[in-house]
Amino acid sequence: MKIAVCIKRVPDTETRIKIAGTTKIDETGVKFIPNPYDEFAVEAALQLKQKAGGEIVAVSLGPDSAQETIRTALAMGADRGLHLKTDGQPYDTLAVAHALAAELKGYDVILLGKMAIDDYNHAMGPALAELLNLPCVSAVTALTIDGTKGTAEREVEGGVEVLSFPLPAVITTDKGLNKPRLPTLPGIMAAKKKPMESKPAALGATHVTVRSLALPPERPAGRIIGEGAAAVPELIRLLQTEAKVL
Amino acid sequence: MDNLDFYAVDSSLSEEERAVRDSVRRFVDERVLPIIGHCYVEGRFPKELIPEMGAMGLFGANLPEEYGCAGLNNVAYGLIMQELERGDSGVRSFASVQGALVMYPIYAFGSEEQKRRYLPQMATGQTIGCFGLTEPDFGSNPAGMITTAKEQGDGSFVLNGAKMWITNGSTAHVAIIWAKTGTDQDSIRGFLVPTDTRGFTAKDQKGKLSLRASDTSEIVLQDVCIPKGNLLPKSGGLKSPLMCLTQARYGISWGALGAAMACFEEATSYAKQRVMFDRPIGGFQLQQQRLAEMLTEIVKAQLLVLHLGRLKDAGTYTPQQVSLAKRNNVNMATDIAREARRLLGANGILAEYASMRHMENLESVYTYEGTHDVHTLILGQAITGLNAFN
Amino acid sequence: MILAFAESRGTALRKAAFEAVTAARELGDDVHAIVVGPSGIAAQASQLDTSRVLVAEHAAFTQYNPEATAALVAERVKTGGYRAVFFVSTAQGRDLAPRVAAKLGAAFAPDVTSVATNGEEIVVTHPVYSGKAIATLVLTGAPAVIAARPSSFPPARTDSASPSVEAIAPVGDPSASRVVVTELRTGGGAKLDVSEAAIVVSGGRGLKGPEHFTLVEDLAASFGNAAVGASRAVVDAGWRPHSDQVGQTGKVVSPDLYVAVGISGAIQHLAGMRTAKTIVAINRDKDAPIFKIADYGIVGDAFEIVPALAAAVREARRSG
Repeated sequence: MKIAVCIKRVPDTETRIKIAGTTKIDETGVKFIPNPYDEFAVEAALQLKQKAGGEIVAVSLGPDSAQETIRTALAMGADRGLHLKTDGQPYDTLAVAHALAAELKGYDVILLGKMAIDDYNHAMGPALAELLNLPCVSAVTALTIDGTKGTAEREVEGGVEVLSFPLPAVITTDKGLNKPRLPTLPGIMAAKKKPMESKPAALGATHVTVRSLALPPERPAGRIIGEGAAAVPELIRLLQTEAKVL
Repeated sequence: MDNLDFYAVDSSLSEEERAVRDSVRRFVDERVLPIIGHCYVEGRFPKELIPEMGAMGLFGANLPEEYGCAGLNNVAYGLIMQELERGDSGVRSFASVQGALVMYPIYAFGSEEQKRRYLPQMATGQTIGCFGLTEPDFGSNPAGMITTAKEQGDGSFVLNGAKMWITNGSTAHVAIIWAKTGTDQDSIRGFLVPTDTRGFTAKDQKGKLSLRASDTSEIVLQDVCIPKGNLLPKSGGLKSPLMCLTQARYGISWGALGAAMACFEEATSYAKQRVMFDRPIGGFQLQQQRLAEMLTEIVKAQLLVLHLGRLKDAGTYTPQQVSLAKRNNVNMATDIAREARRLLGANGILAEYASMRHMENLESVYTYEGTHDVHTLILGQAITGLNAFN
Repeated sequence: MILAFAESRGTALRKAAFEAVTAARELGDDVHAIVVGPSGIAAQASQLDTSRVLVAEHAAFTQYNPEATAALVAERVKTGGYRAVFFVSTAQGRDLAPRVAAKLGAAFAPDVTSVATNGEEIVVTHPVYSGKAIATLVLTGAPAVIAARPSSFPPARTDSASPSVEAIAPVGDPSASRVVVTELRTGGGAKLDVSEAAIVVSGGRGLKGPEHFTLVEDLAASFGNAAVGASRAVVDAGWRPHSDQVGQTGKVVSPDLYVAVGISGAIQHLAGMRTAKTIVAINRDKDAPIFKIADYGIVGDAFEIVPALAAAVREARRSG
C-alpha cells in the first residue's frame, strides 16, 4: 500500500504569542512541534502499514525547518521523507493544496490532521482531495480499512456520522482516533539514514493574504460580585440588565 | 525566554539530541509523572513501565546498535538521564543501573558470547540486571570488600559474601557481582550471577525515607556456584568496577540537573500563581532571590555537563572531571530542591508537589556512586597530588 | 449577488443556515440561499430571510452527501455568477466549504468572525494560534468562499420573508457519490452541541466527581437552550466525553453566555471560551485565574451556589 502523510511544523500550544511587525509572530524562543493533529495521521499510517504492508512517505511543505518535522515522522516509523520547499509558510490553503496535489498522485491513502493549530483553517484535506479527485472523509475519530474499502466515524453536532468510502482516498484525523506512539531513540537514530528528498514547492495562485495579525482585544477586567448563594440575586439582575442575556 | 534554557544551550544541541530529549520528556510527562507520586508514597518501583522504557530504547542507550542498543552519543545519553530524573531519581536509578552498571560492564569486560546473550535482552528490559559492589561494611572503600570467589578445579567459581544497597536487587534476573578471587583489590573480578542460582538471595531493604520508588536490596551469596563461562573475562582489579561507576556518575550529573530543573519549574510556576498579601509571592524579594539562585546554579550545571559530554564523546574525559560534575550538580540540586520546597510553603509537604520527593531522593543521590565527600577527596588528590583518603 | 448555504439535517434547517444568511448580508443585500435535503426540505425554505432559495430535493440528500452537495453548490455559484458563497464552519461546513472552494479555485477563508468589503476586496477576521491572535485576511478575485465561525453571526430568522423558492436539479446522480454517510448516531435525544449553543454551562474538577455533573446539567436546563461543556481535566479523567470539551484541544466556542463552574481557568481552557460575550465564573478559590476574565464571578461552594442559581434562572425566565 502506498501511504502518504502530510505534516506541518507549528508553534507549541503553550507558546505565548508576540506579534513582530504586523503580519508575523515573533519566533524567538518559540518552540516548534509537529502539528498534534498530524501525529494522529502518522500513527494511523503506521497502523495501516503494519496491517497492510507498504511504504509511508512523510510530506511537509515549508522552509528547511520542515525537514525536522519530517524526521520526527521518520523516527516514528515512516519510510522516507519529501520536503516541498517554500520561503516562509504560505497562508493560502488552496495554494498549498495545489503544491501537495502535484506530488501526491498515485497514493492509496493520504492522511493529514484535520487542522493545524496555528492557522485553524481545518480545510487542507477536503481541498486536496478535490484537486486529486479523490474521496475524502474528514476529522475521523474511528477508521477501518479493509482492502479497498474504508469506514470511518466523525463527530458532528449532537452525534456521530458513520461513513463508507472506497480507496484511494484522503483521510483527515481528529483527536481520539488513536494514541500516537512516541519516537523511540533507535527510531530517532534510524531517521537520519532514511531517504529525504527536497524540491521547490509548486504553489498554486494566492487569493488570500494576511494583512495583519493582532492580539485579541483585552476583555475588561473581571469582577467578583459576591460570595455564596447570597450573590445569586445580584447575578440574575446583572445578567438581565447589564449583559442582557437573560 | 525559556527559563530552562536561559543560556540557549538548546542551540548547541544537534537535532537528534533535541529529538531524544523531547521524546523522553514526553514519555516522562505522559507515563511517569501521573503515577510517580503514588508510587513514592506506596514505596514501589513502577515495574509496569519497564517494557515501555525498553521499547523507547532507554537502556544502554549509548551502547552500539549491533547489540540492540540505540547507539546514541553521550550528550544524548545524558539528556535521557536528565529527563528521567525530572520525573524521579528512582526511575533514573533503574536506567542507570541497567545501562551503566550492568550493560556497560558486559560490553566492556564480557566475551562476545556474553554480549550477544545478554545485551539485546537487557536493552528491551526483558532481562533486568543489578550491580553488586557495595557491602554492608564496605561502602566508600570498595577495595576492602570481603565477598570472595574461589576458583574450583574445573574452572568454576564459588561465591560467598553479602552486598547491600543494591538497586534492582530483588527484580533482577542477573547480578554482576564483584568479588575477590585472591586477597587484595587486584584480585577483584566481575561475575554474571543468575539470581535464581542456589545460594543467592535478595531481600528488599525496608523503611527507606528516600528513593522510595526504587527497589533497594541486600544480597546474600552462600556457596553460590557459577560456571567459568560466567566470569567477565576482561575484568580485573578494582579499576573494572570503578570504570562502571564513572559511567554511572556521568549519567547522574545530568540526572541531578533534571531533578533541579523539575523543582525550579515547580517553584517558579507556584510563585507566579500563589497570591498572598494581594499579590503573587513571586513578586516578593526573598522569593525572587531564591529563584535567581536556582537559575544561576542550573545554568552553570547545564554548561558543565554539556561540555563534559562533548569531552566524553571525544574520548578525552577523565574520571576526575566526572567527579567534579557529579559532586557539583548533586549538591546544587539538593539545595534547589530544599529551597523549592520552602517556597511552596505548606503545600510543599504534599506528595502532589514534586519538590519534597526530589529533596528526599537527592539525599541518596548525594550519598551513592561516591559520596559528596569522596568526590571532594578525589578532586583534592587531583589538585595536590596528595592522597587524603587514608 | 451572494449565496448562502443553508445547512440542514433531515428535513430541518440548522441554526447554521440562518447564521450563513446573516454573514452573507455583510457583503450586500441581494442574498440567495441554497438548500439540499430529502423530500420535504423545501417547505422550510420560507424561514430564510433571502430573496430566493434554491432547493434540491433528493433521497440521496437524506444524510450529508459531501460530493453531490459540493458539486451542486459549486456549479450554482459559477452559473449564477455569485460574488461569494457563505457557509458556517460547523462539522459539515468544515468538510464542505473547502471542497467548493477547490472546485472554484476561489479565495477561501474559513472560521471567520467578521466580514467587510470595499467593493474590490473582501476583508475578514479569523482567530489563529488557538485564539491568541486575530488575523485580518484579504481575499482577492472572485468568487470567494467564506465560512463563518459558529455563533459569530446572529441567526437571521424571519416569519415575514417570502423568498421565491426554486427547485433545482442536482449535478449528476447524487446516489453515485463515493463517500456515503450510512448512519447518523445521535446519542439518545438531540443533545445541543457546545459549539452551537447560545449559552454554555461548563463544569471542571471543582465538581469533585462525575456524579456531580447533574448540577451543571440542571443549570444548563434551567436556561432552556444551553449546552453542557467540560474542562480538559474532567474529560481526561473520563467524567465527560471529548465532544463536550471546551479549550485549545477541544472546541472553541463563542456563545452569548458562558458559565464556568469549578473551573480554575487554565490558559488552554480560556483559549476555548474567551470570545464569549459574557462570562460567569463560580469557584471556591478567589485567586483562581478564571476570575480575571469573568465578567461576573461568585466565590464559594458550587454545590450551594449552582442549585440556587438554577432556581433563580428558572424563576427569572418564568416571570420575565
